Amino acid sequence: MSFDVPDDCYYLESHEWYRPADGRVGITDFAQDELGDVVFVDLPVVGESVTAGEQFGVVESIKAVSDLYAPVSGTVAAVNDDLENAPELVNDEPFAGGWLLELEDVPEGDVDDLLAPDGYRERTE
Amino acid sequence: MASRTTPLHDRHAEAGATFTDFGGWEMPVEFDGIRDEHAAVREGVGVFDVSHMGEVEVSGPEALELVSRMTTNDASHLDPGDAQYALQTDEEGVIVDDTLVYLLPDGETYLFVPNAGHDAEAVARWRDHRDAWGLDAAVENVSDERGMLAVQGPDAVSAVADETTADVEALGRFEAANATVAGVDCLVSRTGYTGEDGVELVFETGDGATLWDAFVPAYRPCGLGARDTLRTEMGFLLSGQDFHHEENPRTPFEAGVGFAVDLDHAFVGRDALVAQAAGELAERFTGLVLEERGVPRHGYAVTADADAADRIGELTSGTMSPTRGEPIGLGYLDAAYADPGTTVYVVIRGEAKRATITEPPFIDR
Repeated sequence: MSFDVPDDCYYLESHEWYRPADGRVGITDFAQDELGDVVFVDLPVVGESVTAGEQFGVVESIKAVSDLYAPVSGTVAAVNDDLENAPELVNDEPFAGGWLLELEDVPEGDVDDLLAPDGYRERTE
Repeated sequence: MASRTTPLHDRHAEAGATFTDFGGWEMPVEFDGIRDEHAAVREGVGVFDVSHMGEVEVSGPEALELVSRMTTNDASHLDPGDAQYALQTDEEGVIVDDTLVYLLPDGETYLFVPNAGHDAEAVARWRDHRDAWGLDAAVENVSDERGMLAVQGPDAVSAVADETTADVEALGRFEAANATVAGVDCLVSRTGYTGEDGVELVFETGDGATLWDAFVPAYRPCGLGARDTLRTEMGFLLSGQDFHHEENPRTPFEAGVGFAVDLDHAFVGRDALVAQAAGELAERFTGLVLEERGVPRHGYAVTADADAADRIGELTSGTMSPTRGEPIGLGYLDAAYADPGTTVYVVIRGEAKRATITEPPFIDR
């Protein structure tokens, strides 16, 4: 089975993605497939800070609870409110309507510690 | 570590299953998705391989005496082809395992169904008691020679009727008959653990693939994930999770299955249960619906107040109910807080979330 790994994102080993173009963070297609039906997402509020590599929230599927880790540091500029009533967006559109956070004030160089698309593809093959 | 696989393991893999270890068995947890599988069983037909359940046959002149003494429900009421839910308890009345007990259609052999991974210990325990009591009965573990398929849902009986010589529509709940299904010799029983109408088929291991192919892919294959959400919505116990002989010892009364205890016959644990029946329970197994966002889970504390300080019990099961679309939980609570409508709190990652005690089942059935 092959998973969607967009070229405009960077990736964490723990299956979160970060897209520099819009500052958004989410979980990958591979991660949502592993989790199964997502039923709840616990996210920080706008204005909070997150730190690269540290936990910032939780995603729950019917069968499991998984911690979410920040790919980069930054300040939460927006959270995806649509997930409150439609957490299944994380399954259906992990890189689009299922995004989790929008970060600002991301330090330059943070993405250097992340996996490039090819590296992440190898990781999930 | 999972070391046992069912005769249908290859079929599961072909159908796209993801697997998990369950009671020492490598079992499918889901195929296409728990929510869709759950809906198939509530609205149509779902097919489960439940070959990880044990099968133990008890026969001989004093088989009834042994079955009767080893289980909480009175097996002397069973007619040939009847089944009943029962518990095995220890001398203290603590549940060792729950089981279905059949008197097979031959009218002589009893079959009981231990939970996954409990077959060997059950056989040893029953043989020890048989020897101590000097009863003339054979106890044979046939778990490796038998498979089991559960076809469940509002349309399950007609789905099976199309394939079998048995008049399944005439079988009452908890009744079984010998018949062929898709040409395979089976014990066909009107039982299940999903809260839906349905049938369970017990067959010789080698015939598993033929039976599977008779129902899948025409009907949706379902894994243990959907089985768990379905039974949780009904408030049915999961052995090893909602009770555990050592880690969470519970009597049938505490666990809400007192209906399966007949104190008018002799069985292991009866005296302790007679004493408990005469008194008040300190804790009761009940359910709750979370009123705030979150998902209740096994092991979460329940408190009486929003400060998460006054602990009154613990959840043993919980999920987002696919049918209700609401978070539901099951667990043992201080009896003073276990009445329906009572407000309690579930502690989720340090935060107390408001919940309302709701006696299961959580759905209308």
